Amino acid sequence: MINARGNRLNAAAMHGALIVYTLIALFPVFVILINSFKTRKSIFREPLALPDAESFSLIGYQTVFKQGDFFLYFQNSMIVTVASLFFILLFGAMAAFALAEYRFKGNTIMGLYLALGIMIPIRIGTVAILEMMVATGLVNTLWALILVYTAQGLPLAVFILSEFMRQVSDDLKNAARVDGLSEYAIFFQLVLPLVRPAMATVAVFNMIPIWNDLWFPLILAPAEETKTLTLGSQVFIGQFVTDWNAVLSALSMAILPVLVLYVIFSRQLIRGLTSGAVK
Amino acid sequence: MPPIRWHIVVFLAPAVLVYSAVMIFPLFNTLRLALYSEVDQTRIFVGMENFRTLFFDPIWSTQFWNALGNNLWFFVIHMLVQNPIGVALAAVLSHPRLRFAALYRSAIFIPTILSFVIVGFAWKLILSPIWGIAPTMLDAVGLKFLFAPWLGKEEYALTTLALISVWQFVGIPMMLIYAALLSIPEEILEAGEVDGITGTSAFWKIKLPLILPSIGIISILTFVGNFNAFDLIYAAQGALAGPDFSTDILGTFMYRTFFGFQLQLGDPHMGSAIAGGMFAIILIGVCIYLFGIQTRMRRYQL
Repeated sequence: MINARGNRLNAAAMHGALIVYTLIALFPVFVILINSFKTRKSIFREPLALPDAESFSLIGYQTVFKQGDFFLYFQNSMIVTVASLFFILLFGAMAAFALAEYRFKGNTIMGLYLALGIMIPIRIGTVAILEMMVATGLVNTLWALILVYTAQGLPLAVFILSEFMRQVSDDLKNAARVDGLSEYAIFFQLVLPLVRPAMATVAVFNMIPIWNDLWFPLILAPAEETKTLTLGSQVFIGQFVTDWNAVLSALSMAILPVLVLYVIFSRQLIRGLTSGAVK
Repeated sequence: MPPIRWHIVVFLAPAVLVYSAVMIFPLFNTLRLALYSEVDQTRIFVGMENFRTLFFDPIWSTQFWNALGNNLWFFVIHMLVQNPIGVALAAVLSHPRLRFAALYRSAIFIPTILSFVIVGFAWKLILSPIWGIAPTMLDAVGLKFLFAPWLGKEEYALTTLALISVWQFVGIPMMLIYAALLSIPEEILEAGEVDGITGTSAFWKIKLPLILPSIGIISILTFVGNFNAFDLIYAAQGALAGPDFSTDILGTFMYRTFFGFQLQLGDPHMGSAIAGGMFAIILIGVCIYLFGIQTRMRRYQL
């Protein structure tokens, strides 16, 4: 009896703690979202109230659409993220396959060389990266960002994918070789489809940091036509600091795409984080 | 000599080329640039001169040590607040009969996916004395006297920003520790139960020692992330890391130096020198982890 009551108390305490922390985690997002739909007056008078018929207003969103080119920023972020992920996955999987499948001189050293970048942040090399992008004329192009994010994502991608590729059965590959398939065909037709879950893990790990990065867009591609959504909202908010409606709406518009992505990929992301792929 | 297996070269080449050209080469090139300086628009070799300026020239060294000290405090707060909260949340979440665990987990992870720009501005608005959300809420629980414009006060701003960053990233230690806790074999916990070790004492005596390697990984990830941080400070306080440089960390210091701000021109060579300093700090941290902590921790692993 005492035990049962103790258990129930325990469960209540656990839920209590989790609910409190969940509220702390979600509260700021909630406040920004509800206030973005309110008139300036009610933002200040009743910051915690939900928008109702009287206080509802889209004035902030109108300013955002008129003054900022958010559609272009969104498109830039999309291109950069998708292209970087494509190259990280393609090049990373190819290199991982070479390291996992073949024995050759320098295999271990190559693996270590590619793993160096897992711990060393690419930002340290920013001065020389900018110099290189200026010299090659890539500065203020989306290619500069795509190249940097590809290089940044490759080390962990190679590391995770080669772990998974070692688990693909040798018999399968050897059977394919007997059937006369080339090494390229084995990689693209046989191995790649088998490691698809690991590829998804790598993709979600890289997606969020690339989408959210402020440093490289600020330094390598600050021009109006190459601004990413993160940089675009930073600059927009900086200019409209006193226009609370506009700031709140811009923030909400920056939150929305990430939230949508999260809802779509959260299962994949959490599975990746908890599968021990990072260990 | 065996024939070259060209397919290996083809498989490796794209990754190795991009990685070497965009990451490794610029890294070393930056370290090399730190040894140069620009005089009359020509680049000349000056050896360790930039580092001497950085460490011993009064104007530079005050800024450098200020940024390093702030960065260290930023890291300490993460270690003392973020990681224990993360472990605690994971411990509760991993309870076998807890309902809605997946829901809590996804919700608590949401701040981690938001960009620094969103997080920085959202908190700036919430803590703003003009808007008054924070004072009103403190008033509701009778603690209004505690309120201060935290981000605007030199003595609180850095700690406030560190706590905002903790709020944002607590999801990562939570997830990693959660995974580690789930991987503890049931038999070990049952064996403990037979000996009368249950509940909280099971956590301290059995689970915690077993998840130490994961805590080690989280510590080094936190270390590298913190000493390379920039975005949150820049988004919330600008490149000047105000008030009066009290929130300046190595990332913002490097950005200002190499890119320039207001009237000061950018100096890529001094910027490289700061990058060299950051590189050394991160390298030392990673080495301490790899050789000092990780090898010793293996013993506890299952």
